[in-house]
Amino acid sequence: MTSTPPEMTRLRGRAWLFGPDISTDMLSPGQYVHDPPEIRLRHVLEPARPEFASQVRPGDILVAGANFGCGSSRESAPQHLKDLGVALVVADSLARIFARNAIALGLPALSCPGVSATVHDHEVVEVDIVAGEVVVGEGRAHLRADRIPEQMLDVLSHGGIEPLLVALAARAR
Amino acid sequence: MTANARIERLAKDASGAAEPPEMTAAETVLARASGAARVEPGEYVVAKIDAMMMHDIFAADVLGMLERAGIERLHDPGRATVVFDHMVPAPSVAAAEHQAKARRLVRRYGIEAFFEIGRGICHQVMVEEGRVRPGDLVVGTDSHSTTYGALGAAGCGIGSSEMAYALATGELWFKVPETVLVALEGRLAPSVAAKDLVLFLVREIGSSEAQYRSIEHGGSGADSLSLAERMTIANMGVEMGAKFSLFPAAGAATARDGARYAATHHVDLSALSPQVAVPHHVENVVDVGEVAGLHLDQVFLGSCTNGRIEDLREAARILRGRRIASGLRMIVTPASSTVYRQAAEEGVLTELSAAGAIIEGPGCGPCFGGHLGLLAPGERCLGTHNRNFRGRMGSPEGEVYLGSPATAAASALAGVIADPRELAVSDTRQEVTR
Repeated sequence: MTSTPPEMTRLRGRAWLFGPDISTDMLSPGQYVHDPPEIRLRHVLEPARPEFASQVRPGDILVAGANFGCGSSRESAPQHLKDLGVALVVADSLARIFARNAIALGLPALSCPGVSATVHDHEVVEVDIVAGEVVVGEGRAHLRADRIPEQMLDVLSHGGIEPLLVALAARAR
Repeated sequence: MTANARIERLAKDASGAAEPPEMTAAETVLARASGAARVEPGEYVVAKIDAMMMHDIFAADVLGMLERAGIERLHDPGRATVVFDHMVPAPSVAAAEHQAKARRLVRRYGIEAFFEIGRGICHQVMVEEGRVRPGDLVVGTDSHSTTYGALGAAGCGIGSSEMAYALATGELWFKVPETVLVALEGRLAPSVAAKDLVLFLVREIGSSEAQYRSIEHGGSGADSLSLAERMTIANMGVEMGAKFSLFPAAGAATARDGARYAATHHVDLSALSPQVAVPHHVENVVDVGEVAGLHLDQVFLGSCTNGRIEDLREAARILRGRRIASGLRMIVTPASSTVYRQAAEEGVLTELSAAGAIIEGPGCGPCFGGHLGLLAPGERCLGTHNRNFRGRMGSPEGEVYLGSPATAAASALAGVIADPRELAVSDTRQEVTR
């Protein structure tokens, strides 16, 4: 997408490795749905890796197995990852609603078969989100992710749907 | 015949011979909604949305985003429905504030189809209130919006931001999914339910095959299923990662005999047995016998999957005149106020209460672990709902098993996971001895 700023297209960060079937109930447990953000963020991915929420750093990359984000339509799942500073999600496969929600919030999410078996925890991963290129451990391995469709790249380039709506409202005035 | 006419005739014959196969149900809906004669799997389309549903968890977020963005009015408020069902009645000040904000915004944006607390679970209410019609394209801020497939409507869950966009513009982009056909034949045996079929499908098909795809149910077996049963099956389509789970509107199936499917599965309903999903994923499905005898602390009967009158009657049939096991608690939530009143009038609620169950108001509380029945660490629950992910129902150290209303009722009686067919057999024996 030509409108995507070049600095957005390549992301580089430390990987957090997760297994398959990470659900929205792990990302954003239903019992904390109306709790203040600081409490909700404390429990993100708690059942899978209790240390994640306290140790994740801005710019880190989340790497996971198949069916990442399965379960509910709650947008808090990708929102929490974004709030914790996660720059990108790359998984063997993404659950459909999660993939759409992540992009809608301006959080890049890519499907990359085999990525969870290749990346080691806390290894550096570099991803070109437009070209779909994944470079693991300073060039130790190269993988190809599914390209993000044009419509989604357009949303990403706006920073998510809310900025897109702001532009829409301004045009209507 | 002129050369030109001959060429035209040849071209016509050739196009006739190469006529593409009929579209699947999902393709038919997406083609109509996007104003195209035909759509192909993998293609991206911008489609007009026929109905949009929000519940109390997200209505304030969605409408609040529109207000922040400066969107003055909805594209068509008549297509929007808001149902308060998740945190009802408000269990905390935070929930009450959230709902008060949503009520203000519902008025601000002129949404007339607003259903207050107590009316019921959103998907049940949408169907009871005629907010969904066969052939519609429907989105909801709830993943179980696949339920509308029971009516032949293509329904799927979306997030709050996408809902805000859909309300503002009336449309949304979709990838046309491939379709997996589930060809059903035969009839379900006694004490075997639609829930057992859909758990079996999750076991056999699963997210590896159905992810991003549409599931289409057909065959003579599909014709034998009631609306309630179809809703249970379509509801859990999303547990396979499916975008839609469709029972094409009556009469449409033959027209699509030539439709192209990515895969076909044949299921003989009469061969099915009670199924149970074991922790911590819906795809971990086993025959009930493999987990029979496991001690239970709680049984839950309800949810958009299995809280309808048919489900409550089935449980009452088993629990009538008996008591649930001591030390076990049983929670019942009818899916709507209509179901609640009908169950009251039929005496079903009295029978369930007399058996020791607590009857809660219509809503989603226990199913999504919001309130009204959470688990302590180490506790085990068997429910008729749709998800058993770690932490789904309270403590991440709790265990959730999923089964049919009959399995839930039989298990509540026994205090352990039990096969409802064995109970049915012992019923008969007792009657014979008497």
